[in-house]
Amino acid sequence: MTNSIGDVKKADVIFLTGSNTTENHPVMGAQIRQAVKNGTKLIVADPREIPLVRDAELFLQIKPGTSVALSNAMINVILEEGLENKEYIENNTEGFDQLKEVVAKYTPEAAAEICGVAAEDIRKAARLYGGAGVASILYCMGITQHHNGTENVMSLSNLALVTGNLGKEGSGVNPLRGQNNVQGACDMGALPNVFTGYQAVNNEAVIKKFEAAWEVELSNKPGKTVPEAIHAVEADEVKMLYIFGENPMVSDPDQHHVETALKKAFLVVQDIFLTETAELADVVLPAASYAEKDGTFSNTERRVQRVRKAVDAPGVAKPDWVIIMELMNRLGYNKVYNNIEEIHDEIRQVTPQYAGISYKRIESNGIQWPCPNEEHPGTPTLHVGKPSRGLGLFKPVEYVMSEELVSEEFPVIMTTGRILYHYHTRSMTNKTEGINKIAPDNFMEISGSLAESLDIADGEVVRVHSRRGHVEVAARVTDTIEDNVVFMPFHWADGANVLTNGDVLDKLSKTPGLKVTGVRIEKIS
Amino acid sequence: MITLTINGLEVQVEEGTTILQAAKKIGIDIPTFCHDPRLVPHGSCRICVVEVEGARNLQASCTTPAAQGMKVTTESDVVVESRKGVLDLILANHPLDCLTCQKAGRCTLQDLCYRYDIKESSFEGERKEYEIDDSNPFYYSDQSKCILCGKCVYVCSQLQGTEAIGFAERGFTTHIATPFDKGLEHSTCVSCGNCVAVCPVGALVPKSKTKFRYWETKPVRTTCSYCGVGCQMDLLVKDNKIVEVLPADGPSNHGLLCVKGRFAYNFVGHPDRLKTPLIRKDGELVEASWDEAYDLIVSKVNEIKGEFGPDAIAGFSSARGLNEENYLMQKLMRGVIGTNNIDHCARL
Ligand code: SF4
Ligand code: SF4
Ligand code: SF4
Ligand code: FES
Repeated sequence: MTNSIGDVKKADVIFLTGSNTTENHPVMGAQIRQAVKNGTKLIVADPREIPLVRDAELFLQIKPGTSVALSNAMINVILEEGLENKEYIENNTEGFDQLKEVVAKYTPEAAAEICGVAAEDIRKAARLYGGAGVASILYCMGITQHHNGTENVMSLSNLALVTGNLGKEGSGVNPLRGQNNVQGACDMGALPNVFTGYQAVNNEAVIKKFEAAWEVELSNKPGKTVPEAIHAVEADEVKMLYIFGENPMVSDPDQHHVETALKKAFLVVQDIFLTETAELADVVLPAASYAEKDGTFSNTERRVQRVRKAVDAPGVAKPDWVIIMELMNRLGYNKVYNNIEEIHDEIRQVTPQYAGISYKRIESNGIQWPCPNEEHPGTPTLHVGKPSRGLGLFKPVEYVMSEELVSEEFPVIMTTGRILYHYHTRSMTNKTEGINKIAPDNFMEISGSLAESLDIADGEVVRVHSRRGHVEVAARVTDTIEDNVVFMPFHWADGANVLTNGDVLDKLSKTPGLKVTGVRIEKIS
Repeated sequence: MITLTINGLEVQVEEGTTILQAAKKIGIDIPTFCHDPRLVPHGSCRICVVEVEGARNLQASCTTPAAQGMKVTTESDVVVESRKGVLDLILANHPLDCLTCQKAGRCTLQDLCYRYDIKESSFEGERKEYEIDDSNPFYYSDQSKCILCGKCVYVCSQLQGTEAIGFAERGFTTHIATPFDKGLEHSTCVSCGNCVAVCPVGALVPKSKTKFRYWETKPVRTTCSYCGVGCQMDLLVKDNKIVEVLPADGPSNHGLLCVKGRFAYNFVGHPDRLKTPLIRKDGELVEASWDEAYDLIVSKVNEIKGEFGPDAIAGFSSARGLNEENYLMQKLMRGVIGTNNIDHCARL
């Protein structure tokens, strides 16, 4: 996030899209509700009538995957009605004329057609957002998990730039990070193209720096993303996968395809449970859980916070860092860390954003990076004054319909997500009885009229087909979803990700288009 | 700034500060039942009264603003008498089953009865009788113990924003309930437990699998391992086991948690946890030693690297792992194995 979580209470208007916050980031969702009670106006754009719609001033039930059209039309109205921040555009941005040209054809009427909402509501949303003193955009996977996810994000950032809603307390463009330490994993360079702190692997100076710090030789050739690595196993280019704390058998799209790859490679899995993925492994390494080790996580507002050991790990399980270090040592790299703080200190030396964040300083309260030195208080809001790349560049984008959508054989759009009671692939949440009592089984939300037209009753088990395969699942009839859209959580194995598409990746971020899958629903008996 | 004296000590505070806050600033403890700094002050319990020189009545310190030159006494005889009166009234219809009450040791009523030497009520009060609502899987509501401080209702509406519970009926039978007393199971309650965390007595209590007393536990402050909000919480540990999780006042959660952080901690000590390394032999995963597992991995890495080069190996790191572990994982792949094939499921 460019802002802090608490900043939601400082915004006059929040534009929330592609995030079911009260279920996926519940305590943040609660803070959005506190803000609304305090007078903040909330706009929700989502294919589902999520719980926060109750609190919204305006709800746009858009078709999945149509965010670009909506943002462009909102910019269109803002420019039409003179709600843009001329001074900000003049002083801080580049490429405004091209943007103007592209959004010109996205009239509210044209976008209304694409998004499946009323043109008047698009105008209202634009006026609310554009007319606000301090406006914030919050989004999550509903924006990024599309074949054009990066473009969705660009269109939102155009919207923010046009109105100058960036780099201020309470206003910015804020992705909510899903899992507890996605932010930290990215910061730490668990990405194929960057070292820690987003230092590029194809930059000679960066390579030199890390070669000196680690006393090794390094490759400057960017590596493979998770989906690319899985494809590469099939293509015989990758022979071994070492998976630490992930369960791609359930979390990744197109499960059958993932399974083939995992079976083919020499597979090492390091986890706390024998997950669906670990079951396929050649070697399984038992790890300590978060409650059994010391260290740090970085939350979605870039705050580095302490994790502390409370209990002992079972059996001979070890903290992941110990396992990885011992492997390093046996592979001939002899660096020994006596405790986790020594690793943290090494991170600080090679990562400018983390340089000032010592364990001592975060003993009671975490610090938000960038924090370049020990005197620095940390950074609650990014891009203050100006976007960090100097001038904010407008990147005009066009709406492109997902190929998943143009099919008569698979006429219904399936979208996926999480529910409040489960986490990712359930390997942690399904160990709690009460959770299983409330959310025992997979389900698929379907509108009353679609259910009726297919003669499906509430609770009836139906077969859902996509190009990749089929699953059987209980239908949950609801009035919170549109007629040609169904929703399935992805927590269950043999569920949503059997159907999703792993081939169509966003060109830039390589994120799979999980939020839009063409499906056909079949009554079983 | 305003200057006032509390128990003879001078204290400077900003305008708008309550007497309670001013006292806290200089380490003077005034008891409260219904106060919570995050809520709109409602001042209903009167246990926090103090004597203000020149005022005709005792003042509720949680709602009375400090004023310039004010002279406050927090434990004078009249104050103590008044507090005893409040406790006496509460006890008139409170079951005295502290011996078996799960809240013992974390109960404000118990603590204050001890502090003010109240053994039993002087009233022959009628007892409240309610059926325990245990329909929620994570906590139960025993309204015979409720002291009507209102905190659960206001936390649910003002902070959690769910509005699942409210006051039902009036007078003696007033109690906390879901609309139409239909029970928690059939309410909009999302089991965040934020009401449970603020209940000063044993009326809202987590369902516990393990028997424990709060004084037997040790709190360990940590960060929730579920979503990216990064809530701060205390794991209560007894005999190497987490027996409860309590919300802490962290910068991103301000004392709130959700159902996952608060109640879904059973996985930590679960019997299904992996306890030893496993190696596939004849198609089956069988137990192995660390040495065997490491040796096998090392020989495979060397073999594949030798034959196909380092880019034939790929690592997936973890969005659930620690920063330090993610750092080490990419260092292993890049610095030791020699490939940039390292990623994690940021996109999923
Ligand atoms: S558990 Fe949460 S939602 Fe349920 S009544 Fe308590 S505060 Fe409200
Ligand atoms: S249930 Fe607890 S928190 Fe709620 S009003 Fe009663 S005593 Fe107060
Ligand atoms: S308690 Fe809930 S909201 Fe807070 S970090 Fe954990 S999962 Fe997220
Ligand atoms: S704590 Fe002040 S009136 Fe209850």
